[in-house]
Amino acid sequence: MFVRGLKRKCFDGEEDIEGTLAGIKAIPSYNLQRQSLLDMSLVKLQLCHMLVEPNLCRSVLIANTVRQIQEEMTQDGTWQMINTQNTGQASLDRLVSTDILCRSSRDQAEGKHVPGYGTFNKDFESDQAQDSSETMSTASSVQAPRNLQSNVWEMENPQENKGNFQKSLDQIFETLENKSPNSVEDLFSEVDNSYYDLDTMLTGMMSNTKMGHCDSLETFSSPTNTASNSNCKSDLNDLDHIVEILVES
Amino acid sequence: ADIISTVEFNHTGELLATGDKGGRVVIFQREQESKNQPHRRGEYNVYSTFQSHEPEFDYLKSLEIEEKINKIRWLPQQNAAYFLLSTNDKTVKLWKVSERDKRPEGYNLKDEDGRLRDPSMITMLRVPVLRPMDLMVEATPRRVFANAHTYHINSISVNSDYETYMSADDLRINLWNFEITNQSFNIVDIKPANMEELTEVITAAEFHPHECNTFVYSSSKGTIRLCDMRTAALCDRHAKFFEEPEDPSNRSFFSEIISSISDVKFSHSGRYIMTRDYLTVKVWDLNMENRPIETYQVHDYLRSKLCSLYENDCIFDKFECVWNGSDSVIMTGSYNNFFRMFDRNTKRDVTLEASRENSKPRAILKPRKVCVGGKRRKDEISVDSLDFSKKILHTAWHPSENIIAVAATNNLYIFQDKVN
Repeated sequence: MFVRGLKRKCFDGEEDIEGTLAGIKAIPSYNLQRQSLLDMSLVKLQLCHMLVEPNLCRSVLIANTVRQIQEEMTQDGTWQMINTQNTGQASLDRLVSTDILCRSSRDQAEGKHVPGYGTFNKDFESDQAQDSSETMSTASSVQAPRNLQSNVWEMENPQENKGNFQKSLDQIFETLENKSPNSVEDLFSEVDNSYYDLDTMLTGMMSNTKMGHCDSLETFSSPTNTASNSNCKSDLNDLDHIVEILVES
Repeated sequence: ADIISTVEFNHTGELLATGDKGGRVVIFQREQESKNQPHRRGEYNVYSTFQSHEPEFDYLKSLEIEEKINKIRWLPQQNAAYFLLSTNDKTVKLWKVSERDKRPEGYNLKDEDGRLRDPSMITMLRVPVLRPMDLMVEATPRRVFANAHTYHINSISVNSDYETYMSADDLRINLWNFEITNQSFNIVDIKPANMEELTEVITAAEFHPHECNTFVYSSSKGTIRLCDMRTAALCDRHAKFFEEPEDPSNRSFFSEIISSISDVKFSHSGRYIMTRDYLTVKVWDLNMENRPIETYQVHDYLRSKLCSLYENDCIFDKFECVWNGSDSVIMTGSYNNFFRMFDRNTKRDVTLEASRENSKPRAILKPRKVCVGGKRRKDEISVDSLDFSKKILHTAWHPSENIIAVAATNNLYIFQDKVN
C-alpha cells in the first residue's frame, strides 16, 4: 500500500513554520514533503484526463489541495527562495507539453508559478537519493513562471510552440515508455488497464476542449492573459493536427 | 458476481435491493416465517434479477457512461406491484416489479402458441379463463428520466408526497414528477459562471422524511445546507447552513479532503441528520447549525496515514451511513471488511467484520479491534495489516427490525439479531 521512497511522515499536526532561524533548519524537510505532495497532486490531476469518466469531486478536491500548497508556498516566502536558486535548465518544451496535456496546469495560483512540472519525469519508485529528484523538480519549477508566461500563455509564436510541442510530446511518450515497469504499474495502479494505451491518452488530450469535467480543472485563470482560454483552445486545434501526425506515423 | 454499488431495504423490509457495477439489480425477498422452523427467521432469497442500465456512449463528449447503479430508492407500496428508482451517472429509471401467477388461456383469435388462428376456422366464441402458472416475477421499466444531468448523479430521494423525487449531481439538483419524464425543475445550481472558480461540489442530497418542502444537500467542503422549496423556485439560498468550525490543531493539507461529506441521511424522526466524512460520523440537530451534537470516530487510527491514503486514492472513498429503525443506533463501513455500529444512547460502539473466512454462517459475530500502537493483543489487527482494498461502502438497516445488509465488494452479507 505504501509507495517506497515516499516519506511516510505526514503533514498532519504540523503547524506552519514561521521564518525563524530554528524554523529554517526544519524547513527543507517540510518543503520537500510539501513539494512531493504537490507533485503527487499534479500527477493525479493529469491522470484524470486519461480516465474515461473522471470524478469531478475528486478533481476539485485535488485542485483545492494544490492551490492550498501553492498559496502556502508563496506566503512563507519559499517561492522567492527557490527563485533565487536558479540552477537547472528545465526544458521549456516539457513545460509546454505538460501544460497542454493537463488542463490542471492552469491552477497556478492566479498565474504566479507552475511548480512541479519537471516531476513528470520523476520516478516515484526511486529508492535513491530522494533529494536529487526533489532538487530537480524544484529547479525546473523555477523556470516555470518565466517560461510559461512568456511562451505558453501569451501564444505569441504559435509556430514555435507547435515545434516545441511536438518535441515535448515525444519526450512525454518516451518518459512513459522508459519508466521502469514497477513505477508505471504503481503510477497507474488505480487506473483500469484498458485506459492505459496511447489511444486513450491521445483521446484524453483531444478532449481537453470538452465541457464538464475538463472545465472544472480550469480553476485558476492566468492573470497575464485572460484570453488564454481561447488561445489555448486554438492551440489545441493545432494539437489535434499534431496528434494526428503522430498517430499516423 | 459484480461489485455491489448500492443496497436498500424497501419500506416494510420485506424486500432488499442491490445494484451492481454491471448495471444489474438483484432483489431479495424475505421468506415468510414458518412455525415449523422457528430458528429460520425469515431468510432472504433472490426474488428478481434484471438489467437496469446498459453502458452508453456519449458521442458528443467521446466519453463512456458507466452502467454502474449508483443508487436505488424504493417507492412506498401502493398496490400489489413494487416500484423502485434506480440510477446510474446520467439516467434515472422507474422500475415496476410485479408477480404473475396466472395466465389467460382460451383466446379466440390466437392459439396457445400465440399464432394467429385462421378467422374462417373459428366457429364459436369463448371467454378466456385465468389458469394458475408458476410464479413469475417480472420487472418492467415504466419511466426513463434522461438527459437532465450534465454531471454525475450521486443521489436520488423520493419525496414524502410520493409524487415527486429529486436527483442530484455534482453541481445541480433536479426535481421530478414521477409522471413526467421530459421535464424536470432545477432547484439547486451551484455551478459558477466561470468554471475556473469551481471549488465545491454537491456530494449527497435527501428529502425530509415528512416535510415535502424540505431537503438537505451536503458538499465537498463539509457543509450541509437545508433548503425550503416554498421560499423560491431556485433554492440557491439555504434556509439553514450546518458547518462545524475547523479544529486548528488538526489542520493539515488533507483537512479539506477528509471533511468532504460522502453521505447525508435524515433520521426517521426527521429531527436529526447524520453525515459521514472520511474519518467520522456526525449527528446534527436540525435546530443547531453551528456544530454537530454527536461525533463518532470511525477509524481515527487512519489520521496519521492520510498521506499514503491520498496517494493510493483511498482518501476519496465514499462511505455511506445508516440509521436503525428507532434512530438509536447508527452504522457505517470501514476498511478490511470492517463495519462499525454506534449506540447513541449507551455510547458504546462495536467493530464487526463481514468475511467468510472469519465467521461461519449463523455464528455470532465476534467484535474486532484494531491495535493502534504498542503491543498488539492476540485478536487485534494492526493498522498496517489492514486490507484497504476490502472496503465496506454500502450498508442498509431494516426499517423496523435488527437486520442489516452489508455489501463487501462483490459479496452481500445479511446479519440478524441473535434469536433467544
